[in-house]
Order: sequence, then C-alpha cells, then structure tokens
Amino acid sequence: MMTVHTFIDEEPETGPSTTPLKPSKATSDMGDANQWTLIWYKFSRNKLAVVSGFVILFFCLVGLFAEVLAPSVPDASRPQFTNAPPQNLGFFVTDADGSSRFQLHVTGYTMEVDPASLRRSYVVDPEQIVPVGLFVQGAPYKMWGLFDANIHLLGPVNHDDTMYLLGTDRLGRDLLSRLIHGTRISMSIGLVGVSISLVLGVILGALSGFYGGVVDTVIQRVIEVISSMPTIPLWLGLAAAIPLTWSPLMVYFIITLIVSLFGWTGLAREVRGRFFALRGEDFVTAAKLDGSSERRVIFRHILPSLTSHILAVVTLALPTMIVAETALSFLGIGLKAPIVSWGVLLQEAQNVRTIANASWQLVWPAGAVVVTVLAYNFLGDGLRDAADPYEA
Amino acid sequence: MLRYVIKRILYMIPTLFGLSLIAFMIIQLPPGDYVTSMIASMQDSGANVDPRQVERLREIYGFNDPIWVQYFKWISGILLRGDFGYSFEWNRPVAELIWERMGSTLAISIASLLFVWAVALPIGIYSAVRRHTVGDYFFTLVGFVGLAVPNFILALALMYFSYRYFGQSVGGLFSPEYVEAPWSWGKFVDLLGHLWIPIIVIGTSGTAALIRVLRANLSDELHKPYVITAKAKGLPGYKVVLKYPVRIALNPFVSAIGWVLPELISGVTITAIVLNLPTAGPLLLRSLISQDMYLAGSFILLMGVLTLIGMLVSDLLLALLDPRIRFT
Repeated sequence: MMTVHTFIDEEPETGPSTTPLKPSKATSDMGDANQWTLIWYKFSRNKLAVVSGFVILFFCLVGLFAEVLAPSVPDASRPQFTNAPPQNLGFFVTDADGSSRFQLHVTGYTMEVDPASLRRSYVVDPEQIVPVGLFVQGAPYKMWGLFDANIHLLGPVNHDDTMYLLGTDRLGRDLLSRLIHGTRISMSIGLVGVSISLVLGVILGALSGFYGGVVDTVIQRVIEVISSMPTIPLWLGLAAAIPLTWSPLMVYFIITLIVSLFGWTGLAREVRGRFFALRGEDFVTAAKLDGSSERRVIFRHILPSLTSHILAVVTLALPTMIVAETALSFLGIGLKAPIVSWGVLLQEAQNVRTIANASWQLVWPAGAVVVTVLAYNFLGDGLRDAADPYEA
Repeated sequence: MLRYVIKRILYMIPTLFGLSLIAFMIIQLPPGDYVTSMIASMQDSGANVDPRQVERLREIYGFNDPIWVQYFKWISGILLRGDFGYSFEWNRPVAELIWERMGSTLAISIASLLFVWAVALPIGIYSAVRRHTVGDYFFTLVGFVGLAVPNFILALALMYFSYRYFGQSVGGLFSPEYVEAPWSWGKFVDLLGHLWIPIIVIGTSGTAALIRVLRANLSDELHKPYVITAKAKGLPGYKVVLKYPVRIALNPFVSAIGWVLPELISGVTITAIVLNLPTAGPLLLRSLISQDMYLAGSFILLMGVLTLIGMLVSDLLLALLDPRIRFT
C-alpha cells in the first residue's frame, strides 16, 4: 500500500504511533476507535454475555415497574385460596356454537375440602372461564410511593375474579405479584450493596496500591482478616443484632450495609494490583511532573484507566450480595414482612410439606435467584474478557 | 523450611487478633445485656426485682467494666483456661456445648473437601485434555449451575426430590433408630446413607470452582514445549498428561484448602440449618435468635480459627510441594 509522505525538514518524530506525521503499520478500520468502542466490539462478540446483559436489564425493568407489572398488590390475601396451584393463561375460548375466538383467559378453580383432614385441594375447572385483559383496573397502589394509580398490565377483567398465574402462598397471596415486587428489593439490594462496596474497595485499594508501605500492609491485613472469615456465620452474627423494633426500611439498609461490608475486599485487591502496575507508567510520572496533586493523579489519571476492570469485578460481586441477602432472609434474620424479597419468599418454602404440596413456592423464587446469579456471572465474565481490548 | 514455618505462624497472630475482635464485637452488638433481658422476663412474670440485686448481678458478670477490660477478661479466659463464657440459655458453660458441634462441623467440612478433590480432579483433567468437546461443554455448564445455585436452594431441591421419589425425608445424620444407639457397623452405614446429601450440597460450588481452575492451569501447561517433546519421543498419551503437567497443575488443589475451606464452613452452616444436621449451624442460629451471645460468639470465633488453621496447613503443604515458595 502506498503511503503519502509529507516532507518535513526536521528529524522524523518518534511520538505515539497515532500522530499523522508517522504513518503506522497497516491498521484496520478499528484502528482509530477509542477504548470504549473497542471494549464494546470485543464484548458484543460474546453472545452469552450479551444475552445475560439483556436478562439483567429485564429484571431491573421488572423491579422498576413492579407496581404496574404485578397483577395485584403483594399483600392482598384471599383466605379462601390458600396454596392454590398456578392457573394457565389461555388465548382462545370456544363459544357455545363451537366457534373459537381470541380472548385472554384463565380457567377457574373448583375447591374440594377433604372431610377427614380438612385439607383443601383445588382442581382446575375448564368450564369456568375468567376473562383476562391488558391494562385493566385492579387493586389501587401508590406508584413509586408518589402518586395513586390502579392500572395493571395484566389482570382479570372483573376485579373480583382470581388470576394466579404462579399460584398462591399459604395466606392466599398471589405469588406472581410477590415475585415481581421481590425482584425490586432483591435487585436493588445487590445494586445498593455493590455501590457501597465500590466506594470502600476503590478508596482503600487505591490508597493501598498508590502509597504502598505501611498503609498497604495495614489494609492488606484487614482484608486478610475479613476474607478469611466464613461469611455466613458472620452475616448471621451481625444481622441477628438488628433490633426487632426497627422499621422494615431501616432493616433493609442495615442488611445492605452488612452484605456490602464483606464484599469490598475482592475489589480492593483488584484495584490495588492495577495501581501497582500503573503507578510506574509514563503517563503517571508525566502527571506528577506537571504538578498534579496526589488526589488528582489518583482520581483523574489512574482510576479512569481501570474503569472497565472495576466494572467487571463489580458485576461479578453482585450475585454474591444477592445470594447473601436471600440466605439471610431465608433463615429469618434478614428482611421481614411487609418487605418482600426472593429470600422472604423462599422462607415460606422451608419445610418439606410445603415443597411437596405447593412446589411452585420453591420453584419460582429459587429460579429467579439462580437465573439472576447465572446471568450476572456470564455478564461479568464477558466484561472481564473485554476489559482490556489492547491485550493480544 | 523452618524459617518459613515460623514466619507463617507469626503472620497468623495479627489475623487471629482481628478475628477475636470481630467475634467480641458480635457478642457486644445486641442492645442491652443478658441481665437486662433477665429482668424484663422476671418483671413479665410478676416477680419483684431488687435494684441492688441487679447491680450485684452486673458486677458478677462484669457488665459494668469498660469495654477493653471486658474484652481482656473474655480473651484471657479462652486462652488461659479454655473458658468461653457462660451460655445463659442452656445454663451451662459454653465450652461444654461447642466441642461436639465443632467436631461434626469439622468432620463434614473435611468430608466435603475430599469429595471436592475426588470429583474435581478427574473432571478437570478430562476438560483440559478434551477442550471444546461435548463433554467439556457439559461439565462447564454443570459447573456454572453449581456455582450459581446457592447451597440452601440445592438442599431444598434435593429434599424435594428425595421426598418425591424415594419417599423419605432427608433431615438429620441418622435414621431415628440409630440416633441413640452405640456405634456399630449398621450405624456407620446409616450415617453414610444420610451424609451424601449434605456433602453434595456443600461440595458442589467448590467443585465447580476447582474444575475451572484446574482446567485453566492444565490447558496452559499442556502447550508447553516439554509436553510436546514428551509426545514427540513417543510417551504414551496418558503418561504425557499425568506424569508432569498434572503434577504442576495440582498446586491449586492444595492451595484450594485456603479459599475453599471458608466457603465449605459457610456452606456447612446454612446447609445444616436446612437439613437439620447436628453441627454448629443450627445451634449458632438458635443462639443468635435468643441472643445467647457468648455461645454465638464462640462459634463464630472457632469457625474463623478453623479456616485460619486450614489456610496455614494449605500454605505449609504448598511449601513442601513447591520449593519455589519456601525460598522466596
């Protein structure tokens, strides 16, 4: 390939290869793309990670618009429908004259009470058709706690009918609505918790890696103590100290804090390692010689160059937080009613009897946890691989 | 080697100190002390509480001392006399309650560790040698699911399946007829029959992690020139893999004790609560809920010490195995 040389009288410049004066080796069309474009390019080739990203986005949106998406409100209970099995959503109904037409519906129940054990059993009754509509008016709620509304994306047209797509729990509350509202709490605990870890981890890791010496030794010792503790006993110990009189919101924040207090060590290690590698680089020396303050060197010059790595570590730390909250709530010392999280839902499915007779109470919340954790792991792996696009 | 051992043991002391501080903090954390709750329950039942008697009780238990004196009393009791304090719920010294439970915790943790090793080694080697085959993808998928499913959900799922398909409930370590029986062959077999579920539940995530590590290490090793030389001079295939690369890739197996053990002990705690096993877990949860803090704190302290000892053992073994470590 011919290259056009611009003649100049001075010595050829030996600068970065991107200066126009020194045509570099043959470059592809990605040659002048910036770091984030390259990261995105590399990331988007990992199909599993991209799909996982969409799954996470979906769960976040479900959490954000929980009130509208849920067919009911999470606390609405109907004692006559306890432990009712899931109803299937149907699309076509057959009229009396044999013609079928489009009508969203679920089939109703007939309930039988065993006279000996007084246990209820529900049989789905195909004769009983409950029409279901989109954007119906249902139970009133306060959207984001701000304004009143009563529109639900999907619900029975007649407000008094039942529609339990995922069944009900032991108090006759709609599992789907509770699961959707639980998504908000569980996803947000992960995000809030990871933000706290992020601040702690980045600051302590940066201090440790930038200064080295005594600061480094002390911080590394602390990290060692924390990461050598078996986490669950420790979480249990701290969560059990929360006074029973505190409001659910307070408990939510404290649990988030507890969960994040032990999640920052991995991040701090990563940041420290990168700082060690970067603090000898030319651009850092240049910044120092320019008279930048230490704070400016850390936050303005070094940290931005490892944002992509931090993003990857944070994504991989998120599922741990979600599992931690789920485990604590499951054991009954985490979040409590009226707050609904996946762990609170799983707490209901603790004994064999419930699992055997109403397995949907285990399957759906557990499935939500597993899918989320898997998706975060795949997404984090993809981000980690893409974090350094200049690597061979 | 001796220098390395001494250095490594000295390194443990500040960590142990930090650990004891955390355990003590957990003991002190709940608002009020035992005397407060005792007075409350006495007043509930209509008994008259004499303020002077209350003061005397506080004096006896040392609740009026400054916090560092309390810490010093607590830790010196443990170190010098093996006295972990008093369990107010059980009305017995904590030391009488914990050892048996810690023993079974340790036993199940070690059994799970052996399970992790036994499963991860062949699968890891297989996945590394046959990379990008159907078998490898299958194990990778299983491994990912193993990492993603939290212990207690796995325990619940296995409970459900064994109830549904074998018609038995899986809680506990023994069938009812063996619980009180003296040790015999039948009891041992019965124990094994109950033990496999907790071991699988606890070991799965560790196994999955270790398979990934072994696969990555071994794949790196398999492309080194000495392996190619060995192949070229006609060494049989299994020997090429097993004799040298696997031995080098085995290091993570030993160092795994360090990072798998805390996870295993964590896992034993929550799994034991779900499956109702007589380990430290259920007792810890119960003592935390009833705020029997000396018992709870002792468990947390001992579990931490256990993982530290595990890490020490793994570091020493690694130094024995790999001379590069002990001379740096």
